[in-house]
This record gives sequence, structure tokens and C-alpha cells, in this order.
Amino acid sequence: MPFPHQHLLGIEPLGRAEIERILDLATSMKEVLRRDIKKVPALRGKTVINCFFESSTRTRSSFEIAAKILSADAVNWSSAGSSTSKGESLVDTAKNLEAMRPDILVIRHAAAGAPELVASRVGCAVVNAGDGAHEHPSQALLDAFTLREHWGSLEGRTVAIVGDIRSSRVARSNILCLQKLGARVKLCGPPTMLPPGQDSFGCEASSDLRDAISDADAVMMLRIQRERSDESLFPNTREYARFFGLSVAKAAWMKDDALILHPGPINRGVELEPEVADGPRSVILDQVENGVAVRMAILLLLAGAAEAEA
Amino acid sequence: MSSDPTIVLTHARVIDPASGLDALRTVTIAAGRIRSIEAGPPPAPLAGARNIDCSGKLVLPGLIDLHAHLREPGEEYKETIASGARAAVAGGFTGLVAMPNTKPPIDSAHLVRFVLEKGREAGLARIYPSGAISKGQQGRELAEIGDMREAGAVCITDDGLPVMNPALMRRALEYAKAFDLPVMVHEEDHHLAAGGVMNEGAVSTRLGLRGSPNVAEDAMVLRDIELCALTDGRLHIAHLSTAGAVRAVREAKRRGLRVTAEATPHHFTLTDEAVGRYDTRAKMCPPLRSEADREAVWEGLADGTLDAIATDHAPHSSVEKDVEFEVAANGIVGLETALPLTLALVRDGVIPLARAVDLLSRGPARCFDLPGGTIAVGAVADLVVVDPDAEWLVIPAAFESKGRHTPFEGWTLRGRADYTLVGGAIVFDREAASGSGEKRSR
Repeated sequence: MPFPHQHLLGIEPLGRAEIERILDLATSMKEVLRRDIKKVPALRGKTVINCFFESSTRTRSSFEIAAKILSADAVNWSSAGSSTSKGESLVDTAKNLEAMRPDILVIRHAAAGAPELVASRVGCAVVNAGDGAHEHPSQALLDAFTLREHWGSLEGRTVAIVGDIRSSRVARSNILCLQKLGARVKLCGPPTMLPPGQDSFGCEASSDLRDAISDADAVMMLRIQRERSDESLFPNTREYARFFGLSVAKAAWMKDDALILHPGPINRGVELEPEVADGPRSVILDQVENGVAVRMAILLLLAGAAEAEA
Repeated sequence: MSSDPTIVLTHARVIDPASGLDALRTVTIAAGRIRSIEAGPPPAPLAGARNIDCSGKLVLPGLIDLHAHLREPGEEYKETIASGARAAVAGGFTGLVAMPNTKPPIDSAHLVRFVLEKGREAGLARIYPSGAISKGQQGRELAEIGDMREAGAVCITDDGLPVMNPALMRRALEYAKAFDLPVMVHEEDHHLAAGGVMNEGAVSTRLGLRGSPNVAEDAMVLRDIELCALTDGRLHIAHLSTAGAVRAVREAKRRGLRVTAEATPHHFTLTDEAVGRYDTRAKMCPPLRSEADREAVWEGLADGTLDAIATDHAPHSSVEKDVEFEVAANGIVGLETALPLTLALVRDGVIPLARAVDLLSRGPARCFDLPGGTIAVGAVADLVVVDPDAEWLVIPAAFESKGRHTPFEGWTLRGRADYTLVGGAIVFDREAASGSGEKRSR
């Protein structure tokens, strides 16, 4: 059965069954990833261009490795020193890249909606690898995959997301994804970092960390992103860490078996105390590994090659 | 224009907000003015006169737009004074106020004269220049307001930009009193707007776009109303979009302050939901707001809080609009859709027809002391013949404006100008215009 979406632009347009299909396929991909010889021919002859208009190492490498394990030709195109800095419009850049006949464009861009704009102008598949404060669907999928590995199902579970919810694409995609999979989502952060109109997500929100995390089955700590906020949203990182960072002492408020996630890169000592980041409940490095598997699944489904692999 | 032949409009439903007239009349126009407005059966056709049967049509005072960006000088690829004037008369407007945020900004008498001259050359709608409040619209020193008044500016404004410095705003309101000029303001506190690219609310949150909250507008409106009270100046609030701003203006009028205000068709027709999936045709400043704000604007239009409907016609090219939403320019075209969108408010029971006509003609004329806005014997014949029932599809490529960006693209609207008369001359004739489709295609 072909995947019913040409692009992966966000979690918003996906149904639960489609999300589960990606996660199911990612389970087999993780097995491939752990093989001694990490190479399958599924996407041989396909070209994946990673277009990063905003800097990233983790996500770009993850997509690149995913493409290479599947035998696709992966090309990295970054805006530094490219035509974008010479004033070429995004639409022109996209059309030029499309003319090189890629099968999939993976796009990271600082402007919300940029991957959708590209998708509306090109014939190939487009994967949103993070657009402004909008969505980061592959991150939410790898987070869900990680939780599912531990729990079997997310149904009825409670996940607290802590940090700058307002300007976080990770939070947006996770809220949507977790809810679609049957989990309850709680948001926590200083009021300056909670979104206006947050009610539309149907989440409980508070600025009381203890209240937010004490009944959670998993706590997702967000990176404090100074680069996405030129406003003064909190006095300094010291005070932020004191009230909203997860220290060993505050982690004791959590349920004993609750998991700790972080999309990376971590600001050690700000949102996470090093002992917590490296502690037994942290699944942060699992997230990174699972990211490759989930991205392999995404590329396979969008290339229409899932059948061949199975 | 006095050499134009006599024009006789028969079976016309004439609506004149000034006299309260709403009745079938025969209107005779000669030597640029309205010679007679008569009840009863129309007279025998006059030899040498042009008779126009207006059965089923409305004859209204020519529409007046207080707020249009014509982009000349400097951005002629977006619009020129001539193309803007063509769009105006096609939309039923006989007069418009050209905003001064051109390149360079209209901040001196010779630039005001340039706009007037280009308007005269176009020979269509009356083009009224506005002048900048501050030199170069930099928000620092007052521009040569008296010189500009003398040259023909009808108001001063830094439109497109707010006057963030309250002391400069105070001095502008005070100084402009010497010339009895209204000060028109774009109300947006830059600090509170904080780089917002649409209305702050559930939609901006969902799209991950930075929102500009209502209070960015409300706070400035409240500030300027108090400065208006302090100075006894004349304040005109442009494109008001929030419930709070409507409340503030209503209260200011109750206090007897010299405050007037306008709202745009897009703000009274749409909400921020129109942004949809990052549609740059729904990006303007102030942004489309919530349903509650839209309804508050309706109340303001109905109860007299608002004086005028203005288009904020702001043409751009695809260079500015076919880009990421966050970096797209603010502004949409409006001259050719304002009339039917206003008539839709009448059909929806928001305002009576006479009020709609007032908001598009006499109301704006009074804000800036402009001529026109009335149909009376002896008055200059600036008129529009409107077919209120004509249904038409909005196809931007068919606009007279060079601007193509409108959230109403693809909408079917009802009502449009059949004839537009300025100074007794027919400057727009829809039948003739559509008959020359070959010539008009670009």
C-alpha cells in the first residue's frame, strides 16, 4: 500500500495509523542499523538532497546516514556561501535543486512554512527537517519511537514537555504526535515561554515544575533556544535552571520509572543537570540512534520503496 | 472638462448620505457639475446629450479612499500613480489619498507637487497627496508640514511606520494645528509587536509564526488619543483592526475629541484564519485579527465610531510576495474589491446601504476636508453608477492595478462600478473597458 502522503511536512496532516506505520517500519530499520554491514539496496539510484538553510549537525547527519544505509545518493546543500546569500529566492533555489532530479528534498529552514512553500512548487517529495517555530516531525516521530520501545504503547501515558514551548518546533510536533498516539501532554515553562492560544493544543499548562512532572511517565526537556528569541523571556540561565531546569533533586519528584528525553543539543547545567542527562532514566542517546532508524523509514515511505524493502 | 457633453442618468436610484436622499431620480450633469436631480418620468432625451439608463443601478457620490499606496516615485514596478488611478476608477473611486511612504518619502513640497502633477497627468481619479510627519519618515524631526500643506497635502502621516516617539507625536499634533491638518497614524508599538508577522492567537501558535498582539495597536491608539486631548489636534487612526481600538475611539468621540478613524474591507471581512497555510495574500499590517475583533469593527462601522472605509491598497510584486511568509511584504491590493465587500456588509445586515455609502464617500471626505462625497445640484459631478447585483469572479490578472495579491482571489463578489464620473466626465465605462479586452491584456 503506498504511503498516502507525497511529503512529510508536519505531524498535523498525519493520522494515527500513518504515524504507527512509520514507527513500525522504523523498528525493522533499527535492526538494519545495528547490523555489522549497514547497507541495504532499497533506495539505490535515488537521490536525496539535504537542504539546510539553517545550521544543524545532528539532524543533517542523521538524514545523511539514513539515506546512505538505504543506498541513496545523499548530497548536502547548505545555504552558507550558496546562492541564498546572494539573494536568490527560496522558490528559485528549490526549482534549481529540483532541476537536478532529486527524489527527496530534506529541508531545514528558519522560516515557518518554508518546506510547504517548496513542496507546492516542486514535483519531488519534501521532508520538513525543522521549519522555524512550526514543526520538526522527524524529531517527534523518533521521540514517539523511543517511548514506544519502552512502553509498547503510548496510550494513556502522560508526557510533560518543559521549556520554551512557544518558540519550539519540537514541542509543537511532539504535542500533536503524542496526542494522536493517545498520550496526555502537559506543558511547563515560565509564562513568557508558554504559547498564546495554547488552548488550541488541548494541553494542561503550568509554570510549576513539580506539578508538571510528578505524575508524568516521561519528561521532555527542551533546549533553551536563545537564537530564536531576541526578547527577554527570562532573567538569565541561572534563574531559569533554578526554577525550570531538571536537577537531581527535582528529578526525585518524578515517578521512579519515568523517562527523561531531550532533543539535543543539551545546555548542560541549564535545562538539565549533567548527572540527570547522563543518569539511568535518560534516553537521550537512544533518541539519537532511533533518529536514524525513523528517518530511514521516512525516506523509504516517501520514495515509495517500503514494499521493496519488506 | 467643461467641454464634455451633457450626461443624463435616468431611472437612477440616487443615494446621497448628506441629504438623506434615497429615491429614483433623473440626474443631469453639464459643465462638470450636477445641473438637476429630478423626480418623475425622465424628460425626452436631450439632443447631443448622452443618456444612460440606470434602471436597477445605484448612483452614489464618487467613492473616496483615504488610504492608498501608489508606490510612485521609486517603486513603479509595483504601481504607478497612473495605474493606481485606473484601479481607483474601476473600483468606483473618484478620489484617493496617496500615502507618502514612497522612495523617497513625500516629505517636502516639491514631492507633493510631483504627486499632484502625476495625478493630473493620469486624468482619472483625483489624487490627493499626503505628506510625511517626519523627515524621511525617520521618526526624528518634523518634516516641512506647512510647505507641504501649501503645495496641496491633505494630511500628514508616516504610514507604514508608527510614530514611536510620543514627544514627536505630540509636536506633530500641535504643529499641524497651525495648518488645520489631520495627523494620520499607523498604530503599532514595535516593542509589543516584537517582530510578529500575523495576529497573535491560536492560528499563529499552530503555524509557528510570531504573533503581534492586539495590545500593540491598542496601546498606541490610547496613547495618541490622550495626546490628541492634550493638544486639541486632529487625529486620524488608519486601518483600525482591534476591538480595543474601536472602544478607545468610541470613548474619545464621546469626550468630544477631534478623532476620526477608518477600517479596511479585509479587516471587516476576514479573520486570521485566512492565513491558512502561510498564504502571503493574507499578510498585511495590522494583521487580520480574531472574529471578536471583526465583529467589533462591524459595530464601529454601524454606530458611527468609524468614519470611513479605506482600502490600505498596498500593491507588491511577486518578488515581495512569492516568498516565505515571515519575510513577505505586508500589504494587499484593495481598490477594485472594496465596493462589493462593503455591499456584502449591507446584505449581511451589518449596516444599512445609506451608511455604507456614507462610509465610502461623505465620511472620508469629512475626515480630511476633501471635496465631493455628495450628490447635490451645483456640486461637482464626481459620481459612480453601481450595478449592485453584478456577480463577478475576482481574477487578479484582470485588475487595473499592477498589484496581484489579494486574499479575495477566486471569490465571487457582488456589485461593481459600471461608470465612474469625475468632474462630469466618464473616466471609467465598464462596457467600453471590457470591449477592448485585447488592448487591456498584459
